[in-house]
Amino acid sequence: MDTLLAKLDDLFDSGANRFRDAPIAFFLLLPSLTILFMFAFLPMMYAFYMSLFGGKQGMGDFVGLGNYTDAFSSSAFWNSVLVTIYYVVGTVPITLLISFIVAYALYRIAFARGFFRTLYFLPYITSTVAAAMVWRVFYNTQTGYINAVLDKLGLPAQQWLLEPRGVLHLITAGWIPHDIGPSLALCCIMLFDIWQGSGFMIVIFLAGLSAIPRELEEVARIDGARSHQVLRHITLPLLSPTLFFLAIIGTIRAFQSFNSFYALTQGGGRTLGTTENLILHIYANFYEYGFWGYGTAVATLLSLAIMLLTLIQWRLIGRRVHYG
Amino acid sequence: MRKLLVYILLSFGAVITMWPFLWMLTTSFKTLPEATHGGLTLLPSEWQWSNIRNTFEAAPFGRYFFNSFLVAGSVTCAVIITSLMAGYAFARLYFRGREILFILVLTTMMVPFEVILIPNFVLIGKLGWYNTYAALIVPWCANAFSIFLMRQAFLNVPQDYYDAAKVDGCGHLRYLVKIGAPLVKPMVVTIGLFAFLGSYNALLWPLIVTTDEAMRVVQVGIMAFYGDAGTRVNLLMCASTVVILPTVIIYFLAQRYLVESPLGAGIKG
Repeated sequence: MDTLLAKLDDLFDSGANRFRDAPIAFFLLLPSLTILFMFAFLPMMYAFYMSLFGGKQGMGDFVGLGNYTDAFSSSAFWNSVLVTIYYVVGTVPITLLISFIVAYALYRIAFARGFFRTLYFLPYITSTVAAAMVWRVFYNTQTGYINAVLDKLGLPAQQWLLEPRGVLHLITAGWIPHDIGPSLALCCIMLFDIWQGSGFMIVIFLAGLSAIPRELEEVARIDGARSHQVLRHITLPLLSPTLFFLAIIGTIRAFQSFNSFYALTQGGGRTLGTTENLILHIYANFYEYGFWGYGTAVATLLSLAIMLLTLIQWRLIGRRVHYG
Repeated sequence: MRKLLVYILLSFGAVITMWPFLWMLTTSFKTLPEATHGGLTLLPSEWQWSNIRNTFEAAPFGRYFFNSFLVAGSVTCAVIITSLMAGYAFARLYFRGREILFILVLTTMMVPFEVILIPNFVLIGKLGWYNTYAALIVPWCANAFSIFLMRQAFLNVPQDYYDAAKVDGCGHLRYLVKIGAPLVKPMVVTIGLFAFLGSYNALLWPLIVTTDEAMRVVQVGIMAFYGDAGTRVNLLMCASTVVILPTVIIYFLAQRYLVESPLGAGIKG
């Protein structure tokens, strides 16, 4: 082994000049660059090209931007856009808030911090599909755990993942029309993702909090600042890069959510389309109906939207972020 | 007093977080009537250890696990090796076009996976890789984020180590294998763990490139199991438990080496 490595080293040594490392660099980079080129660069270029063609299970006639205009005039497309927006708005801020509260609480204690952190992180590392199976059983309308709890409390059972009516409609006892706002089924998926996604944000928040110099807070306290003032004027501004990073990562991930939607609703229909987000819309059109061109067109639109949104967030929040 | 309140809040949150897992674990060992109509009781009246055997008999979970471990294990090894190689090259070697190549690598991080999903599916078909391990493994053998992190790790190793080794007649490859890689071990463990979790927990990609039952990974297998045996709640929970168990064990084993910073890489301050 050792002699082999030494021999290879000699082989790649091309003498003394500023770029003498080129041969060995070529050898070291070849595997990574080949894979990234084949399965990331090439497909990236090819995706837009594919979106210009019609046909099923392959590429048929050239249709120009026909797939894009099809999408814009399709009610199923706009429905999935709406579902995606409800989902992003309903999960990201709540997950950020809950994670921050837990992380701040963990930051304030010393005893058993690692223990709690590990517990909170567990849902994040576990398989979404396996965890979703547990939640499906919880949400089950006949034998489910949650309906059993409601029954004990004397409250009426709900349809949960099978309920296409809006959650606002149910809360206001029919005062708001049933097709306004996210459906109860969609809210069930959101709840699951808040549960699963918090662990990641808690760990990152905690790392961010631990990086803040303790002296700053101590000095503020000595100067007579109250806890909430320290939090508001010292801790939060110094934590803003972390918050900014998590808001962007969280939003991008929420836009791309597939596993929880699929695992919680597959086989149960898509609750009259109220749980069909953009990725499921792409998956259904591409894989189930075989419209490859249409699928890549919607995928291209989605990635453009994600990039645009990231840019806007960057400009809006990024400007107010304090890099200490 | 205040501290007590914080502990109560944290314990309450921890119970909510862990409750689905606890319930999953205990329901795995209940009888079917108890699992479906047992109401709110957590513990089984009698632990049904035979449920484990019944689950593995109800669906070919042995095969699913073999597939998942083979795929996730290969991906993990490959990602560690490719990112060590490329990370070292970008951090320590001098060659023409280094900066531009590195930027090109980073741009692949910005491409959402769904936009390359369909072209990749087509590419796999052209290569004749449907229903093969190659389709599940090869596209994931390198990724920009791991290369980026490994480069950071190598940049933090003082140049003196290399200079000293060089004086003793050690070339780049020997240095990388014998000295460099052991020095960045925490990063190797971190990248390896997340490569393993990402591959083992993946659903969408295996779902579209494999249709053959013998090629199913556990995530696809458990979805199919839900379709076949969704009403046998106890066996479904038992299956979920065995699917989750390996990731928890691996996480605990890797935990003490983990580098936290890459999780939040890109954060300054």
